[in-house]
Amino acid sequence: MKSTVQFSLNGGPVSLTADDGRMLLWVLRTDLALTGTKYGCGEGICGACAVVINGQAHRSCRLPLKDVAGAEVLTIEGLAKDGRLHPLQQAFIDHGAFQCGYCTSGMLLDAYALLLSDPRPSRAKIVAGMEHNLCRCGAHQRIVDAIEQVSTQTGAET
Amino acid sequence: MAAPRLARREFHKLVGGGIVVLFGASALPMAQAQGRRPYPSDFHAYLSIGDNGRVTVYSGKIEMGQGVMTSLAQMAAEELGVDLASIDMVLGDTDTCPWDMGTFGSMTTRMFGPALRAAAARAREVVKSLAAARLEVPGDRLRLEHGVVSVIGEPGQRVSFAELSKSVRIAEAVDQAAVLRAAADFSVMGRSPSRLDGAEKVTGAAKYAADIRLPGMLYARILRPPVHGAALNKADTTAAKALPGVVVIERDDLIAVLHAEPDSAAAALALVQADWRLPDMTLGPDTVFEHILAHAGDQKQIAVKGDLGSAPVARTFETTFQKGYVAHAPMEPHAALADVRHGGATVWASTQTPFPTRDSVAKALGFDPKTVRIITPFLGGGFGGKSASGQAVEAARLSQICGKPVQVERTRSEEFFYDTFDPASVVTVSSALDRDGRISRWDYAVFAAGERGANPFYDIPNLRIRSAGGTSYGGAPAVAGLHPFAVGPWRGPGANMNVFATESQIDIMAAAAGVDPVAFRLKHITDPRMRRVLQAVSAAFGWRPSVGASGSGQGVACSSDAGSCVATMAEVKVDLATGKVTVLRIVCAQDMGVVVNPNGARMQIEGGLTMGLGYTLTEELRFNGGDILDRNFDTYHLPRFSGAPRIEAILVKNDDLEPQGCGEPAITTTGAVIANAVFDATGVRMLRLPMTPERILAALPTSAQRK
Ligand code: FES
Ligand code: FES
Repeated sequence: MKSTVQFSLNGGPVSLTADDGRMLLWVLRTDLALTGTKYGCGEGICGACAVVINGQAHRSCRLPLKDVAGAEVLTIEGLAKDGRLHPLQQAFIDHGAFQCGYCTSGMLLDAYALLLSDPRPSRAKIVAGMEHNLCRCGAHQRIVDAIEQVSTQTGAET
Repeated sequence: MAAPRLARREFHKLVGGGIVVLFGASALPMAQAQGRRPYPSDFHAYLSIGDNGRVTVYSGKIEMGQGVMTSLAQMAAEELGVDLASIDMVLGDTDTCPWDMGTFGSMTTRMFGPALRAAAARAREVVKSLAAARLEVPGDRLRLEHGVVSVIGEPGQRVSFAELSKSVRIAEAVDQAAVLRAAADFSVMGRSPSRLDGAEKVTGAAKYAADIRLPGMLYARILRPPVHGAALNKADTTAAKALPGVVVIERDDLIAVLHAEPDSAAAALALVQADWRLPDMTLGPDTVFEHILAHAGDQKQIAVKGDLGSAPVARTFETTFQKGYVAHAPMEPHAALADVRHGGATVWASTQTPFPTRDSVAKALGFDPKTVRIITPFLGGGFGGKSASGQAVEAARLSQICGKPVQVERTRSEEFFYDTFDPASVVTVSSALDRDGRISRWDYAVFAAGERGANPFYDIPNLRIRSAGGTSYGGAPAVAGLHPFAVGPWRGPGANMNVFATESQIDIMAAAAGVDPVAFRLKHITDPRMRRVLQAVSAAFGWRPSVGASGSGQGVACSSDAGSCVATMAEVKVDLATGKVTVLRIVCAQDMGVVVNPNGARMQIEGGLTMGLGYTLTEELRFNGGDILDRNFDTYHLPRFSGAPRIEAILVKNDDLEPQGCGEPAITTTGAVIANAVFDATGVRMLRLPMTPERILAALPTSAQRK
């Protein structure tokens, strides 16, 4: 159903008129031209499309637009603040935690939400928390290393 | 808005003034190994130095995660004497970059690298002579560093690259005799700077083909057959047409629904009613091996040595190995945006082969290839699967028909369906030990995988290697009907299967000979590089010599691939109740000649081995004839975090050798190293990949037998 949906996106207000049953992923990528959120599977399996909503990670390919009305939505484009990379982003660079980079947005946002809920997870908890994010390039151990470093250094600083 | 066509001889106009290094008439001999034609001698440039002092490097290679954007920039910076930060990379743009067959076969560093370094060395000489004239000193008194030329001993006497290139328009040809810097003098190569694409990739700014936007563009969803080989009886698009904003295109072989929103196009496509004639579907994952053996066609002789018939034989070993179809499954599905207007075409495509794709787009449109430009943004993984780029042709055709820019982005289901799978394959080996426990004969035949990695590096006096139904590069075989769907090169094509078979057979013989597998290998390896990597990995891993299955779960495998030597060791645990294999750690030593970027090389090794655990343990396409049953990651299982072990990559120094391949060699050892470790843990020899829990369980002796 076409309706006007309002929410906060990366700290700024958004008001959008669209069919509110459409999935957030396509609204972000098409209507809002924010292409950092990726399509990987369309069925909630791979994590490429992860976004953070009210502090929790969600799969935007399975999330209807109407469900974010009034919510605070964070996408990869909003993770760096004032041109300063978030510690997770910096750690991903420092550890070489990506190759092709296609899974990276989703990895970062899921890791961000993980550290929000548990600032000092054990390595096993990081592995379990990231289990449903797929990376075909095999950057896994470096991704865990990067998240672990941030958690031990700074906790879930935002 | 088609991107501007370039007038062919106006490269300076494109890149501005400054210094441009073009191809010489004499193509570099190394480049010829790249494929059907050498790097060309037309106007395209390797690099230019702009009047702001920035250096732009042009390469027909593409960045799909393997890190060549950074490593190629390092090579240019090293030879030129500029900082890495002053290099800009243009990759995979057919209008500006030198012709290239494609990015595959671990050839970027080996084949394009020397050409680029020679071009940069040529540019360095040009800069030097300009500076010598400007500073009025002989060239041999000059030093190039950080983009500045200064007089040795008089640092005040200096001039920058920017000043030198300001008012000149120089186009130089590559000098084949260029003197490249020695590894001992490297200051940019041999280091691990932060990747040039890092900031873009962690901020979401990096653009992939599906991220390109043009005003007025439409997103297409294409009607696909339910199974390979199906023929369309009729399609009814009435309901789709009734939706607002929908454009339907119907051609004999192409029915598409287009919309300004991709998800709305998908919703409209779901309303198309299609009636298909289905083909006969009989082959499945378990019956395909017999089919391959029967239909692979003539055996091609790959190598022969000594005389199999007269080899001294004390014990013989006959083994058949099998491996299923494996998907590339890059996280980014194939995508393309095509703008075919005003008599030309520009296509942003997720492709490993921009130049061949340009030619196929031109052919489909009826255009001269000169009027077609392929631009390759970042690729979200390729692994060989984006050598085929049919989506670019589809987007171009649709754009030509509707007169608007059109994007085609495959759904995950389409990505599986249209993948060019790593072929299912079979290897038969008949080998023998003589009375002294040395390998005396080796009769090896590979079916459908192709011959890469089939010829063993072991010292075997009598051998014969044959290959049927495959190709050397992993491309589709000429045998029609061998596979029920498309197959093609998959990271380390053929070598994954051949190394699995060879290195398993070596272990089988070592156990029978009562010799530790590492000692057995060393006894048959004369290549000093291979001996060194095997010794290096043994030391780092802490190999515990043993005979037969020790119960501790350690395994070893070696491979000689893309000019590199690799030895890998792994430690596994096998759950006897479930058959599940847990890989605890992997150590891999590789000699790849001069290492351009050590951290990048380690990432490729780790990534390859992690990816390899898929075809080794969990990945095998399920199908029924042309019906692809796995269409997403819920049933097709990629390696995940919980299955990713600690991997340690050791780069064995060898600065006397030019840089060799890196993206593929390590992955080729995965199947064998894990199979050998599973044998060590359980005494069970697994002959088919993947080694799923069910298969291991079925192979394990029952607990009664174990007692
Ligand atoms: S695209 Fe949403 S989880 Fe894969
Ligand atoms: S970096 Fe390529 S999929 Fe993760």
